Amino acid sequence: MNTVENKKTMRWIAGTIAFTVIILLIIFRPLPFLFYKDLPFVGFLGRAMYIILLSALLCLLRVFLGPTGADRIVAVDILGILIVGFCAVLTVSTGRSWYLDIGIAWALQSFISTLALSKYLEGKGFDE
Amino acid sequence: MNNPVSVMDVVGLVFIAVGLAFDFLGCLGLVRLPDVYNRLQAATKAVTVGTCSILLGTFFVVGFTQAGVKALLCIVFLILTAPVAAHAVARGAHRAGIKLWDKSVVDHYRDDREGEA
Repeated sequence: MNTVENKKTMRWIAGTIAFTVIILLIIFRPLPFLFYKDLPFVGFLGRAMYIILLSALLCLLRVFLGPTGADRIVAVDILGILIVGFCAVLTVSTGRSWYLDIGIAWALQSFISTLALSKYLEGKGFDE
Repeated sequence: MNNPVSVMDVVGLVFIAVGLAFDFLGCLGLVRLPDVYNRLQAATKAVTVGTCSILLGTFFVVGFTQAGVKALLCIVFLILTAPVAAHAVARGAHRAGIKLWDKSVVDHYRDDREGEA
């Protein structure tokens, strides 16, 4: 019992230190993004993009190790809403308004797929 | 847009920063909380409000252009649809028989279903 508590405490401390280091790196020393050189991945909006990508990484972690199917469905729903926010930040940083078209379409598709997956989880057919 | 010059730019960037904080804390709750229902109610509300705040900041930065009107439309759509999706997932999970956390104290929906059955 005592060893289990110790292990949980050590995991908590390690995770807190790792996330503090990652957030401080994002705030004070953001990496340049290698593949898309026209996107401004420095400055405030670049840090915003990195924080949204970190949140998406947390959602993917829940998708991978969720114990039930409902966890995975919730995580995919949250991931869709995060992508809408990412499209908004891309619109501000580049000035191209068609990124928000992608955001609206992604929100619609995420909503419909979440409804269908919850119906599937409930164990009913799709036609009622 | 790295150097904000007008008042509306500063207001929009403040809204974007608040929305980022809500998004990150919501996803942290999605990882840390012990139960499907806890994760759902932490993540859905926080991330919906955070993304709506980011879109409102986008509207304040770009003004009444094409992108601003699209941002307002996206806010309305998210506020209308995200609670519906969360409610559907929670209802489906409860009807599929997924247990609550063992330290949960109340389950009204189970009592209602026992009453109707």
